[in-house]
Amino acid sequence: MRRPTALLALALVAPLAACASAESGPPTIAWYVNPDSGGSARIAEQCTEESDGAYVLTTTLQPRDAPGQREQLVRRLAAGDTSIDLMSIDPPFIPEFANAGFLAPVPDEVAEVVTQDVAEGAVEGASFGGELVTVPFWANTQLLWYRKSVAEAAGLDMSQPVTWEQIIQAAADQGVTVAVQGTRAESLTVWVNALVTSAGGEILQNPDEEDPQAVVPDLDTDAGRTAAQIIADLSAAGVGGPQLSNADEDINASMFEGDSAGFMVNWPFVWQRAKSAVEAGTLDQAVLDDYGWAMYPQSVAGEPARPPYGGVNLGVSAFSEHPDLAFQAAQCIVDPQKQAEFYLSDGNPPGSLVAFDEPEVQEAFPMADLIKESLQNAAPRPQTPFYNEVSTSLQRTWHPPRSVSPDSSPSRAEDLIVDVLQGRALL
Amino acid sequence: MSAATTGIPAATTAGAAAPTDRPRRPRRSDRGRQEARLGLLLCAPAVLVLVAVVGYPILQAVWDSLYSYKLTNPDARRFVGLENYALILSDPIWWQALWVTVLITVVTVVVELVLGFALALVMNNALGSLRPALRTAILIPYAIITVVSAFAFRFMFDITSGFVNTWLPFVPDDLDWFASFGTAVTVISISEIWKTTPFISLLLLSGLAQVPGELQEAAKVDGATWWQRMRRVTIPNMKAAIMVALLFRTLDAFRIFDNIFIMTNGAAGTESVSFLAYRQTIQRLEIGIGSAVSVLLTVCVALIALLFVKGFKVNLAASTRAGR
Repeated sequence: MRRPTALLALALVAPLAACASAESGPPTIAWYVNPDSGGSARIAEQCTEESDGAYVLTTTLQPRDAPGQREQLVRRLAAGDTSIDLMSIDPPFIPEFANAGFLAPVPDEVAEVVTQDVAEGAVEGASFGGELVTVPFWANTQLLWYRKSVAEAAGLDMSQPVTWEQIIQAAADQGVTVAVQGTRAESLTVWVNALVTSAGGEILQNPDEEDPQAVVPDLDTDAGRTAAQIIADLSAAGVGGPQLSNADEDINASMFEGDSAGFMVNWPFVWQRAKSAVEAGTLDQAVLDDYGWAMYPQSVAGEPARPPYGGVNLGVSAFSEHPDLAFQAAQCIVDPQKQAEFYLSDGNPPGSLVAFDEPEVQEAFPMADLIKESLQNAAPRPQTPFYNEVSTSLQRTWHPPRSVSPDSSPSRAEDLIVDVLQGRALL
Repeated sequence: MSAATTGIPAATTAGAAAPTDRPRRPRRSDRGRQEARLGLLLCAPAVLVLVAVVGYPILQAVWDSLYSYKLTNPDARRFVGLENYALILSDPIWWQALWVTVLITVVTVVVELVLGFALALVMNNALGSLRPALRTAILIPYAIITVVSAFAFRFMFDITSGFVNTWLPFVPDDLDWFASFGTAVTVISISEIWKTTPFISLLLLSGLAQVPGELQEAAKVDGATWWQRMRRVTIPNMKAAIMVALLFRTLDAFRIFDNIFIMTNGAAGTESVSFLAYRQTIQRLEIGIGSAVSVLLTVCVALIALLFVKGFKVNLAASTRAGR
């Protein structure tokens, strides 16, 4: 009987001893990261080392898609969870977090350092109500990818800006596809927002508004109708591919590696993906050599395009027990040198403009300068605390692409956004 | 209210006149009463646990459903009475989700009952040595996690990664199964049927085993055909098992979520009632409206259970006593 009792006692005491030893070391800063190819974990190791024993930075993976990441973080923060110190957040959800009081205020001296030489779009995306509420980390934007052979056969001069009308026409003539994100998910909102802002409009008139009853949508306008017309034309021309209404970024990327590829709007990860496929022997080098890239298509000829803006920013939880150390860690993470390495290892473009000038970056990503330029022109999605409602309403009324019409979709979206925000409709 | 305040003589309310009105239940002996009390005491811990893990969340959901309450803005929480219910019941999205749920439930349960019965007969009539292996093989789909089977069916029917379009001769190669309602619901239902038919067949197998062998033999001797024996002997004798199988599966099918979440994420009009509850509660963080949807879902489930128990006119407690 004695031995089991002793074992039981040991089993009960051991975790306590572990707690005691953990507390005696440097505090642990828990960073909730987006899934990547291991870049975040490497940065965390480096920062722990560089902190000289001030903190230990650990990483925890979040769900794969952006809405899943938001759901997990919001639920835990609403319960005042103190185990999250630092989190990677998708820019459109930042106003909701800030408005709910989930983010610790960024100290002025930190704000000054982390916004130096950072793309304007990235700083805008990290702010809410004119104030920096998160630390800009990596920034992302979509490019127009095209097959050089197709553009040449269609007689398109890709050194000049092209319009959606031109590429839809060229694809129809050449019997190839225009890969776009037509699935009912966040990526559809990204596409619609880019189309609307490129046509000179906005999805909301007053995204800063904190009263849901007073938010005014702005879609039933010339810009909104132009955007709907482009989607309707693309669908009617039959160039979106058979899977248009379920196509996300990954489906688009594999479509573009296939035989019927013509054009595609997508994030720069597709380049890294194609290169890996060539290395693995699943894709011909000739296909990769045929990849071309240009600025996002214009909605209206002559009006500069506003490409989508994405990426990830770092927020410090308002419930963290070590906010000072968390900000210290955030500053370490966004160091331009580390961002450049992260770009090289994981393919996520840096928010820091200086990082683009690193020679290795220029060599590995021949389109780096175009990405830098695109980031400067990029338009964020509506920065409203009610982003989830606005985005989901849009997805409900602008999906499937074959049902989109300039006469009805913009006004239906406006009605649904207002009804949902005023508590008159389900979503 | 005491007898004194109502002005009714205490003797009357105590039931002195009752024996003349209707027959009284036989009086329990002291021992019987003690046994009954012991029975209650023995049940009590289980009942308490049930109240804690089932009753409390249900009551909390009913309470929350009367409020306008968003998780990210708890300070603005206010009492709105039945407004959330009025909003839901007047919204076409609710009725669409209810229709989809009922459609999937009816189609899958009917197909599963027929298939499950056939499988149960096969298992029941299989040779002794083959029976355990057959039973295990039939049960495998049920052991697979729904999310995993949903992904498997999604990839099977996908245009790029799937093989179904190339295998089926009457299906065009570029058919996107998840793009329109009819095809999407078909795939969702097939996945559901594949996964849960084993469950229904196992319940029916236990019912088949309960049919007395002498009745079957007597019918055989009387010259009844296979079909007559099935209709007059087998099925009537396993009514209780059929009801349990149908009830469990219907309640389960009515709460369908995983397959829809993985395959279409609610697109192409395939949202079910559970999906609607998820969208309001987890995505929108509207605890009030989400709780109201959940309460309505619970009411639907309770109605289904009531319908089955009344409709089948089977007293499960009596049948278990009879089976002893």
